[in-house]
Amino acid sequence: MAEITRDDVAHLAQLARIEMSEAELDKMAGELAHIVDAVKSVSEAAGPDVPATSHPIPLSNVFREDVVGHVLTPAEALSGAPDADEDRFRVPAILDEE
Amino acid sequence: MAATDEILSFDEAMERFDPVLGFEVHVELNTKSKMFSSAPNVFGDDPNTNVNEVDLGMPGVLPVVNRAAVESSIKIGLALNCEIAESCRFARKNYFYPDTPKNFQTSQYDEPIAHDGWLDVELEDGTVFRVEIERAHMEEDAGKLTHMGGATGRIQGADYSLVDYNRAGVPLVEIVTKPIVGAGSRAPELARAYVSAVREIVKNLGVSDARMERGNVRCDANVSLMPKGADKFGTRSETKNVNSLRSVEHAVRFEIQRHAAVLASGGTVTQETRHWHEDTRTTTAGRPKSDADDYRYFPEPDLVPVVPSREWVEELRATLPEPPAERRKRLKEAWGYADAEFRDVVNAGVVEAIEETVAAGASPQAARKWWMGEIVGRAKTADVDPAELGVTPAAIVELNGLVEGGKLNNKMAGQVLDGVIAGEGTPTQVMEARGLVLVSDDRPLLEAIDAALAAQPDVADKIRGGKVQAVGAIVGGVMKATRGQADAGRVKELILERLGVSA
Amino acid sequence: MSLNELITSSASALAEKLAAKEVSSEEVTRAHLDRIAEVDGGERGVHAFLHVNTEEALAVAREVDAARAAGGDDAAALHPLAGVPIAIKDLIVTVGQPTTAGSRILEGWMSPYDATVIKKIRAAKLPILGKTNLDEFAMGSSTEHSAFGPTRNPWDLDRIPGGSGGGSAAAVAAFEAPLALGTDTGGSIRQPGAVTGTVGVKPTYGAVSRYGAIAMASSLDQIGPVSRTVLDSALLQELVGGYDPFDSTSLTDPFDTLVAAAKEGSVAGLRIGVVKELGGEGYQAGVEARFHEALELLKGAGATVVEVSCPNFQYALGAYYLIMPSEVSSNLAKFDGVRYGLRVLPKDGPMTIERVMGATRAAGFGDEAKRRIILGTYALSAGYYDAYYGSAQKVRTLVQRDFEAAFAKADVLISPTAPTTAFRLGEKLDDPLAMYLNDVATIPANLAGVPGLSLPGGLADEDGLPVGIQLLAPARQDARLYRVGAALESLLEAQWGGPLLAKAPSLTAATAATTEGVK
Ligand SMILES: [Mg+2]
Ligand SMILES: [Zn+2]
Repeated sequence: MAEITRDDVAHLAQLARIEMSEAELDKMAGELAHIVDAVKSVSEAAGPDVPATSHPIPLSNVFREDVVGHVLTPAEALSGAPDADEDRFRVPAILDEE
Repeated sequence: MAATDEILSFDEAMERFDPVLGFEVHVELNTKSKMFSSAPNVFGDDPNTNVNEVDLGMPGVLPVVNRAAVESSIKIGLALNCEIAESCRFARKNYFYPDTPKNFQTSQYDEPIAHDGWLDVELEDGTVFRVEIERAHMEEDAGKLTHMGGATGRIQGADYSLVDYNRAGVPLVEIVTKPIVGAGSRAPELARAYVSAVREIVKNLGVSDARMERGNVRCDANVSLMPKGADKFGTRSETKNVNSLRSVEHAVRFEIQRHAAVLASGGTVTQETRHWHEDTRTTTAGRPKSDADDYRYFPEPDLVPVVPSREWVEELRATLPEPPAERRKRLKEAWGYADAEFRDVVNAGVVEAIEETVAAGASPQAARKWWMGEIVGRAKTADVDPAELGVTPAAIVELNGLVEGGKLNNKMAGQVLDGVIAGEGTPTQVMEARGLVLVSDDRPLLEAIDAALAAQPDVADKIRGGKVQAVGAIVGGVMKATRGQADAGRVKELILERLGVSA
Repeated sequence: MSLNELITSSASALAEKLAAKEVSSEEVTRAHLDRIAEVDGGERGVHAFLHVNTEEALAVAREVDAARAAGGDDAAALHPLAGVPIAIKDLIVTVGQPTTAGSRILEGWMSPYDATVIKKIRAAKLPILGKTNLDEFAMGSSTEHSAFGPTRNPWDLDRIPGGSGGGSAAAVAAFEAPLALGTDTGGSIRQPGAVTGTVGVKPTYGAVSRYGAIAMASSLDQIGPVSRTVLDSALLQELVGGYDPFDSTSLTDPFDTLVAAAKEGSVAGLRIGVVKELGGEGYQAGVEARFHEALELLKGAGATVVEVSCPNFQYALGAYYLIMPSEVSSNLAKFDGVRYGLRVLPKDGPMTIERVMGATRAAGFGDEAKRRIILGTYALSAGYYDAYYGSAQKVRTLVQRDFEAAFAKADVLISPTAPTTAFRLGEKLDDPLAMYLNDVATIPANLAGVPGLSLPGGLADEDGLPVGIQLLAPARQDARLYRVGAALESLLEAQWGGPLLAKAPSLTAATAATTEGVK
């Protein structure tokens, strides 16, 4: 069984910005271990010579010409905002800069 | 605010340590539309007016790559002597931050569009330092946060923040150097010169407005120290968003001194980001490197690879302008300026203007005289770029011709120039409209001279007595009486003649 | 036309009657709205719809009727499906109607823009009946993971309608809509089609623009048609498909022969490959029985049936459950309470944006969404990328190679669509792995980008519930699916003496006791 601890899940939940209770962390750790066990054979399926496929249908050089198209009005842009002020989205204090 | 850091004197730091530098310079491209959406790429508009659903990361939206942004990126790569990738991809850099609408930045990771280049950077004294370029990659800018409440307008202590996504999705090219070793005590100077050179290149390419005060060019500076003679790099700090040439120089100097103090006292440098404070010319600690820096990069599934054909790359290469350093060298020789003269011209930002003026028919000396002697000062007063004053090379050639042809003296030419700047017409039109005509008939001059001599008999005596340099006072009186419309040289001749003194 | 006929007719039959002015679009649209009112609401209603778009649908219907009445250019310009109503999976954004993705985090959100497929549907003037239920952000195989309650299978109201597009499939099966749009990331169109006795198609990746379909896993998602006949799906795919400059993965290939292929419907001389790995152990007996009968019918019609092996399909489910959650973890990051949707403040402690995001996402996402986000965050995180995400992308290459080898031997591949018929509501809700196994036969097509079609194959003997038959074709050969699918459909219907859905129980009796009005 894959080793996935509650601390591991707490770290993942932090990375994913989902607050979780202790009970949720425990439950998720167990489920995650189960799922990872079920899928981990994938890592042995292909040798190093097999290339990765990220797009099912290979395409390349798909571009847009540099032409200005439509914009939303500030009212449209902010229409779904949970909080707004002075035509801008308002958010609570930010702890630190990225 | 963190406690003030100890610093060592720069000289002592240099005696004991060798600095290693590294730069990440973000260049905003001046495309018409954004990197992945068709919203306009415009600076300074009202908040959230240059956004559409793609820029806001609305549910269901998809990005589409701006061809012009790719071309600009390739041009930058070529100008930095990079290899252009045969094939490259976009990747998602995942992190949550409210200025990042999708909570990931679409960037490039292991496959940048340009890699392995170099840039020769010239220091003040002409020393050339080669900086190796690791990569230049394409990505998108974030929105703009304004921190409200709190005392400082800074993020610390703010009550809340407001987000304007106009800048979100503006195309960026991030240029990353390899570690720069061997700069020694010239490291701060090199830092400034490097960023200046990058700025000049992208401006010269026409791919960026390159205005640092608008954030078109932004620099993160990495500094570490190693004991003199060592070859193992020390722990580095990354000072973020050092956004003027002067700040880059100061920030690198400060970090060298700070690291030196830490190391000299037996401490260890923390790997962290630092914030630059222009007011105190110091840095303070930001976020230490941590697990939170796990960006979980993976290939952007909504975009397909960019595969620049060699033909396309060569087509773009053919459009590149002459590199700024080479161009400067060529012009300096062609114009025959002394080192100091040329440096002043460069620093005043009128190389191009002089080049155009020479092309329009002025001699290099005359062009320099007009731009450096007259126009730069007026531009400074008006707080605009010299080229923005509205004086065309043709106007300068014309004005210069009027002076050399004896129709205007320098003082009157200055008034004509003012008239041209004020939009009153061509130099000849201004001259005529303002009635600025050099008095060349001697009779009215002689009358004025006699009057001036009569008004200052003691001066006249001095001149008669051989103190020829005193003639200036009489000349001044004549010029005043003729409202400056006399040829001062001729006035002087006539005064001496009148007084029977030879020059 | 009788009222019953208005709702049980296929879309193509309705289209013909509309063109012939035998019936008006308003009548047809109203009949479906009435049916929705009758069977969708209440405690034991089908609950296929999250939003019913009554006024706008009727307005569009009247526009079509007016154009037809005017005749001349207005009538001639009408699309063949003009006036035929349609239901839209609530993962696809629509101006003027809420789009929830089945999630609390988007409850009440109104899109300021239309998906590309919606623009095409509006241009063709199909009245949009409303938005259909789904597993939250399309994550599930039963529609039980909808934040707004499950959809019920019209064949047995205690059973699941499949997922994630259970709402669209159930709406079509329950005669609430003749056509619907779904999205298929690992089988979300085909598996619901199988368990509700309807037709569902996942087109070639890139054949239909994804612009405006809320992304679950970008490299796997595809919008496709849901209908009661193969021809109807062809009509709808031809309408919504085609190149879209707003989707960089959109194909420029023409896909304009689908309807012709469906009308032609033949299998004579075709080689049909039975995928050895998609059957046998784990597949319900009644499913296997109907599947083998279908093979006999195809042989009888002149097809050659060959066995093909796709050994790497054994890794497909695992690869899918690494790639999909990885992309999910990134695609769902935008739901953070800043720009739109739900914002929840932390109950105590410091009120920072970081914690507001954490509290919003904790409250806004259901268990399955959280599970997949955490799993994807894990699979992409430093130190695990190569073993998990990287390996899974390699398996994708192997699966594609299996398909290539199989298509060298066969023109189309065939398998059961799902290993079982519809299971009971709640039966697998607490066992994610058992739930994931429902997609074992549909996932390979998503990994490889090839098109897949599911059509009804009859009823399983043991439970009397629909069985789905899946056809797979090489990438870009969607027309081949429609040609073979239509042929098999007519062979089966000849055997049944009519469409399979004619055998479905009457819903009015089952839901009558608790039926309420339109939501
Ligand atoms: Mg950086
Ligand atoms: Zn960057």
